[in-house]
Parts: sequence; structure tokens; C-alpha cells
Amino acid sequence: MLSADDTIFALSSGQPPAAIGILRISGSLAGQALKSLTGNLPKPRVSALCNITNMVNEELLDSALCLWFPGPNSATGEDLAEIHCHGGRAVIRAIEKALEQIDGLRQAEPGEFTRRAFTHGKMDLAEAEGLSDLLFAETELQRKAAVRNAGGALSRKIDDWQLQILALSARVEAELDFSDEDDVAPEQAAVVQNNARPLVEEMRDLLARPRAEKLRDGIRVVLGGPPNSGKSTLLNALVEREAAIVSDIAGTTRDVIEVPIALGGIPFLFIDTAGVRDSGAETIEQIGIDRAHQQFEAADIILWLGDEGQGPEFDNLIEISSRCDHPEHEPKADAAFTLSPVTGQGLDALVDHLIIRAKDILPNGDQVSVNARQANLLLIACDNLAEIIDQADYLIVAEHLRMARKALDEITGKASTEDMLDGLFGKFCIGK
Amino acid sequence: MNKEFDIIVVGGGHAGCEAAAVAARMGASTALVSFTRESIGAMSCNPAIGGLGKGHLVREVDAFDGLIGRAADAAAIHYRMLNLSKGTAVQGPRVQADRKLYKAAIHRMLDAQDDLTIVEGEVASLTMSDSRVSGIVMADGSTINAKAVILATGTFLNGKLFRGEERHEGGRTGEAASVSLGQQIRDAGLPIARLKTGTPPRIDGRTINWAVLPEQPSDDDGWTMSPLSRGRTVAQTFCAVSRTNAETHEIIRGSLDRSPLFSGAIDAQGPRYCPSIEDKIHRFADRDSHQVFLEPEGLDTNLVYPNGISTSLPADVQLAFVRSMDGLEKAEIIVPGYAVEYDHIDPRALDRSLKVRDLEGIYCAGQINGTTGYEEAAAQGLIAGIGAACLVQGKDAPVLDRGTSYMAVMIDDLVLQGVTEPYRMLTARAEYRLRLRADNASTRLTPIAIALGCVAEERAHWFGDRQRARDDIFTALESIYSSEDLVKLGINVRRDGTKQSLFQWLRFPNISIASLEDLEACLKTGNPDLMAEIEEDARYAPYLERQESELRDLRANEQIRLGDDIDYAIIAGLSNEMVERLNTARPDTLAAASRIRGITPAALAAILVHARRRDSRNIAA
Repeated sequence: MLSADDTIFALSSGQPPAAIGILRISGSLAGQALKSLTGNLPKPRVSALCNITNMVNEELLDSALCLWFPGPNSATGEDLAEIHCHGGRAVIRAIEKALEQIDGLRQAEPGEFTRRAFTHGKMDLAEAEGLSDLLFAETELQRKAAVRNAGGALSRKIDDWQLQILALSARVEAELDFSDEDDVAPEQAAVVQNNARPLVEEMRDLLARPRAEKLRDGIRVVLGGPPNSGKSTLLNALVEREAAIVSDIAGTTRDVIEVPIALGGIPFLFIDTAGVRDSGAETIEQIGIDRAHQQFEAADIILWLGDEGQGPEFDNLIEISSRCDHPEHEPKADAAFTLSPVTGQGLDALVDHLIIRAKDILPNGDQVSVNARQANLLLIACDNLAEIIDQADYLIVAEHLRMARKALDEITGKASTEDMLDGLFGKFCIGK
Repeated sequence: MNKEFDIIVVGGGHAGCEAAAVAARMGASTALVSFTRESIGAMSCNPAIGGLGKGHLVREVDAFDGLIGRAADAAAIHYRMLNLSKGTAVQGPRVQADRKLYKAAIHRMLDAQDDLTIVEGEVASLTMSDSRVSGIVMADGSTINAKAVILATGTFLNGKLFRGEERHEGGRTGEAASVSLGQQIRDAGLPIARLKTGTPPRIDGRTINWAVLPEQPSDDDGWTMSPLSRGRTVAQTFCAVSRTNAETHEIIRGSLDRSPLFSGAIDAQGPRYCPSIEDKIHRFADRDSHQVFLEPEGLDTNLVYPNGISTSLPADVQLAFVRSMDGLEKAEIIVPGYAVEYDHIDPRALDRSLKVRDLEGIYCAGQINGTTGYEEAAAQGLIAGIGAACLVQGKDAPVLDRGTSYMAVMIDDLVLQGVTEPYRMLTARAEYRLRLRADNASTRLTPIAIALGCVAEERAHWFGDRQRARDDIFTALESIYSSEDLVKLGINVRRDGTKQSLFQWLRFPNISIASLEDLEACLKTGNPDLMAEIEEDARYAPYLERQESELRDLRANEQIRLGDDIDYAIIAGLSNEMVERLNTARPDTLAAASRIRGITPAALAAILVHARRRDSRNIAA
């Protein structure tokens, strides 16, 4: 059975092959494990070049930089060792195998390093969630946002709100518990309500921003149009690889195809739908078409390749006339973009335009953002604060303030349940 | 005299009396030991009982058939419902009580109680075998054996009085302090700290010019502290209000160097909530006046208690500043005010039944635990008495959580957080305040009290009747009516065809049960207190439902037991400060640990993981 007492190890860098591979070992046996591979333990927190040897057959595996962080002053709070070796598959596999042979060591579960850091008090829940997003971050923008949350920017924001709400609670409680003793100036109500308003505004502002998942999942760009209108061809041109099946038979793309791609450092998710065609659809294709409609609803931007004005009603719909290389091509009257995926004509202009639109949709990289779980709780806090603005009953005001504080507590994990922790930590990829 | 009891209670103040009475009600043979019989049931400070938060405690103790509510009614010469303009959850019933009548009522109830013996004398020491108490030794050398001892010694442990340059040993003025018992408690290794409290000068009422002062009459709507009391039994009087002024403040400011609070003679922490007048003037220099309530101490005494000017200034300064106030120009002081510094036990050494965790059979209740106030003391006495009786009878003491009562809130606060100033009950301390009202204390707690066997027949009978009436009303309120039906009764509601239960209709502030009585016959018969309680339930129903689900979460986390044997020092990731707090309070559940100040979510997770790991090892072993 897996135990939190085990010493764990995993490849902490990306999949090999790569320039280097970083193996992390955390737990009470970490020092002993490193020593058995290298012969001796480097000085704490000083990197040393060591020969890594398989202690069973004394075969030299690699020459690697090794680091030794005795707990609790380490990233996980436990004894921690790092081996920065050459990044080839064979080398990494050989070192992993050597580690596996050591008694008491095992491969880490997904998220286990972070979970250990959390349980040893190295980070709070909001920071852990930020780190989770950081590990998933593939683009510059995602990375910035994640670094901010992992650095505690969201926690600091929440702490600041907590202090302000606490101050409001103090006023209301003073009115409730001390007004009859003449120790409290009357008319606290107006002060509380006036101070609650800007808080509500600030929270609504944060809630109106795209969720942290948006940064992770990307701007959803849905390609729409009737069958055979060239959606898959355009998608392939955009992602510059053959992601979708392209054929001349109408209705080849029966399911939804999603392709993540970074354009100008911004994460996009391009979604190719089944052709929208109202009659003659086979059953399977009908399902595809239903899904296409769902995709339109979740879209941030729609690229419409069908007849002008026939697309779904949507603010961020861009009319595309995509076959300017065809001899019978008739440009749309109002077409924003005329292009040819085959010749590449007009593609750069479309990409530039997508980047500009995306920047309006995404927060700029310097803002704090929240994920869906945090947004739900923030919404509860915000609604409770909004409730007090016209409330005359001090008891109810106090209760709403209390519930707002409780919701904010839950964002930073104060009231966290184990289930939520499990759910959260299950998301981590192994070894981080 | 019988030298063998189940339980000995040391001290006859509010905590001691409730502790002894409830233990005896539960059938434990109980001795109440006091310096003198005469001092049992004395109100040592102000003559008021109840107030905001405190009135809740009185009603809760009363719901367990305790003494304080009925004694207060028997002695009440002035009733006032505080916070009347706000919701009932924060209304605080308070009475001015005649000291003599109060004491007489307490004596009457204690004398009538079976299984209760009053013993006069000074307790010299506790007798212990290993870490288990076996009784007490009196100052005259005699011994009394018991299985449990409840210490309710108030400020009498190493008490020291301060007035200007004067110093006296003792708890109350004119009485001796329990020095030797105090020393023994220190020697037993119990964590001891010092606190201070104060009292104002007592004024001769005949020298007050009442005519120039605004009067505060007694409430005239007949409410009582205990539902078992039958209305107002004593003549009602009035209080008056005077104020400090610029001259008062000048006199006090000019004499601060003669106050032991400022000269450094007292360094113990006093209450923020009940500061001395010199403290108020020093700390709130911008205020140019403070209210002073002139409260008569009784019907046949001239003593008046000026609430709001507790002080330890020298007697000559007290007289000067008192005479600077309106209506008090010719006032004579009968007993000058003073400050008391006293030992208290760090209540984090106690468990939730107020038993000393590391000593078998010793309980502490009242001011000894760092609280202030009669009501706080009485509630602790009740809990300690129940705990001790359960111990000697081999029963499980009932576990009250923060969702059930102010008493539980207070005890949870004390045993988890400890005290840094004398602890006073406030409604703000109760997060589930909307459900913990003074007006529903019986509904909340009397069933628990009856199950525990600490309710006499009179109350059990009364409560049974009341529950039946309550059930009938609730059944009637389940009936569905439309907006049209209500309009026919002359009630102003929107005629939009809404159909809902009468309970739901009661959510509207303009609808009362009385206004609906033509719809359901049984709504006519109920008593007004019960109606008011149910109306309030209906009004706050959506909030109460939300709290209910919150409490389910809380109670789930209360199920995760941490046990007494966790060594927090070995859990990685806890700061030294957290380890100190956790090792001192030793929370019994994860939920309790989460309430300790400064315990972060990360720390909590580490504790949980540690506890799980230990449990799985224990199961494996």
C-alpha cells in the first residue's frame, strides 16, 4: 500500500529526450539513496558533479549534477535530493531503475510532491492551485498568471478583503453588543454599507475576468459553417499540421476536433465542428451537429465559413471568405477576411487579428485570476456583501458578513475538506 | 457530619452554587464548602444579572433547571430588555437584583435541594493519590473524602486588592484569600496566570439628587428571566443616568500617577470590555463624556452602584471625581472602588467538561478559569457540575457544540484559545447566533437536560405542555394559504396568487401569528412567548436552514478525533508557535484544532495526515 512515509522519486522535468533530466527524491531515505548512487552526499544546497553508479553491478550510469536539501528547509519540507543528469531516455530510465532497486523507495504518485509540500506547511491551498496551473502552463501568458498565484498574489488579495470585511464585522458587532452601553457611536450602518460597495465592485471585477482555466485551456476559437465549407482545411493551415481529416466528401468531420496552439504567446484552442447542415444528416452526423451547436455556445470567437449572415448570432463572430484561390469564388460583401488556406494568402492577417481579439478577452498578464472553484466561492462572498447594502437588520448584515468571510476562507483552504484536497492534488502530473 | 461525598464544590459564588445544585439534582451526594454560610450566593460586584450575551447564558442555565434565572426574578427590582430595537437573537434580558433577596432565593433553593450539604470552613488543601483527587483537608485539620472536587474559588486564589497606594490580600473586600490552596494548585503544575478586574465605589443613594437625572424605568411588559417565575414579585424601582464631564476627566487625568494600573503595580491584563474609568479616559481621550448608570443595590439599602466608573484610584480622588458629575455633587461614598489582581488557571489545561485534563476528578469553574461575570460563572458551574456528576455516575457527559448554546461557545473558546483578558460573553462570539436566542433556550436545551436527569418535575411538566403546544402550532402553520386568503383577513400582501404555508407567510415582517389566528383555531391559544419564538424562527428560516447545513459539516469534522496523545512537536511543517498552542490546548477533534488561532490550512492538513498515519499504524499493530 502507498504510504506517506515512503521515500518517493520521479522525473521532475519534461518527457525525455531533452537536454537535461531532473530526478527528484523526497522522504527520509532521500539522502541515503543519493549516497548509494554517488558514494557520498554533497554539501547541503551546493551542487556537486558526481558519478552515478548502479550499486548492484557498479556500472557507471552518468555523470550528473547532484543537490542535497536536508528537511525541513526544502521544497517538500522533507529530505530532498535532485539529480540533474543527461536527458536521454536510456540514461533516465537507468537511473530510475537504480532508484527502484533501493528498499523503501517508490515512484511518486501524481501530485505527490506538491501534496507533501502542502502537508508540511510549505504552501497554502491557493498557492498550491497556482502551482498546479503553472505545471500545466504551456504559454508565456499562462506561466505569468500561474507564477502570480503560486507566489501568493491571490492569497494576498483574499487576505486583504478578509481584513476589510473583518473591519466591517467589527463595526456591526460593536453596534450589536455595545450600543446599549453607550460605547459605540450610532450610524454604523451607513459606514458599513459605504465600505461594502467598493468591495463588491472589486470582487465583481475579478469575477468578470476570464477564469484561470481560460488561460490554461486557451481561447476557444470555433470554426463553423456547412459541410465542405473548408473548415478543416483552414484549421490545418492554422495549426500547420494535419490535425483534422480533410476530404472532399461533405460531412467528413463527424466529431469535434480540438487543437491547442499558442499564437503570439497566447493559448488558443481551435475547435473544428461537424458541418452545420439542416437536412439529410445521418444519425451519427446529427450528433456531431448538436455538438457543434454546443461548441458555438462555449466559444470565445467563431470563425464562420458559411454563407454570409447564416452563422449563429454571436458578438465575436468573424466572417471568413476562405476560397479566394478558387476561380468561382465570390467574396462576401462584408467579409472581414478573405483568404486561402491552400496558398496561405490572408492567413497572417487573420492570425494577427485573432491575437488582438484574444488580448481583449484574456486579462493582461499582470492581473490576478481565479479558477472555477475559486470563482464560485468568490461569487458567494460577493453576493453576501451585495445583500447587506440595503439591509436594515443588523443581525442579517452580520450574518451575511460572516458568510462572506467563510466563503473567502474556503478559497485559501481554511475550511477545506479532504475530498477537495484529493481532487486538487490528483490533478498534478507526477514528480512536480 | 458525613465525611464522604460524591462531589465537593469549593466556593459558594455563582459557579459553585450552580455546580453543587446540578450535581445534587442529578442525584450525586454533594458538599458545598464556603468560608461562611452567609457568603453563599453573594453578588460581589454589580447588582445586575443578564445583559447582552449574558442574558442568553442565564436562560440556558435556567433551561437546565439552574438557579440563577429564578433567583434573579425573585430579587429583580428593575427589568430591562437590552437591544429591544434589534432582532431577538441579540436582545439581552437584564435585571437589577436586590442583593439580599437574591442571596435569600439562592439559600432557599439550596436548602430545599436533596443530596446537598453546606459545609462552613476554609479548604486548606486537596488530598491526592497519584494524579487522582480523593478529597480535601480543611483548615481545622478535618478531612472530607470525595470522588470529584470542583474548584469555584473565584478571585480568592492569591487575590490582591489595590486602591491608590493601599494594598490588601483577599478576594472581595473584607474577606480572606485562599493562599494555601492557591499554592497547592501552583505546585501541582497547573498553568497559572494573573488577571485583574475592578469595581466602582458604592454611593449612598440618599445623597444623590435623583430629581435632576434622567430616569430609566423598569420594562412594563412582564417578561421574566425564567419561564417558571410568575411575573414581577418584588416592587419595581428605577435607575438613573448621569455622565462624566470635562471636569471629571480632568480630575482623573491629573491623578493617573496614583492609580496602580498606571504606576505599574498591576501588570495583569484587565478586560477591554469593561475598562476602568481611568482606562477609558486614557485610551479614548477624544471622548468628552461617558454614561454612568446609577443602579440601586436593593429595596432596603441605600447603596447605589454607579455602573461605568470602576476604579482603583485613591479614595480621595474617587470622591472628587464622583462629585464632579450631575446629580452627584453631594454624593457620599460608602465603600470606595478597588482593583483586584488574582490568579487564574489557563483554561486550556481543561477538557470540555471543565475537568483538569491531567488530574483525575478535579474540575474548575468560574472566575478561576479567567472569566468575568456572574452569568459566565454560573454557566461554567453548571457544566462542571454535570461533568463531575457524570464522572461519579459512570455516564458520558453530553457534548454540546457551538451550534447548541452560548455555554458551549464559551467553553470551546476557553479550552481552545485560553484567555488574555477576563473573558466576557458577547453575542459576537456565537457564529450561530441566529439560532441561539435567549427566547428559545428551553427549546434548544431542556430536552438535553431532561435526558440527563437534572430537571425537577415542575419544569419537566411545564416543558412537556409547552412542547405539545409548540407541536400543535407548527402543525397548524404547515397549512397552505393563498395571498387572497390573507387579504381577506385584512393583511397587506400582493394579490399574486402565491400559495404557501403559514410558516412561510410569517417571513413577511408585517405578518404575525396573531394576525393569522382566524385561519387556524389553535393559533389562538398559544402563550405569547411561544408565539414570539416561533415567529422569529419563521422570520430567519432561510438563514437558519443555511446554518443547519454548515453545522452538518462542522459536526462531520468533529467526528475526526485527534486524541490526547499527539506530539505536535514531531509533525513537520508546524511553527513553534503552533506547536505551543496545540500542545497547550490539545484539541480533541480536527474541527477543534481548526478553530485555534493561527492554525493554517496547511498545518491542519499536516495534523490530519499525521493522525491518519498514527491511526492506521494503531490498527495494523
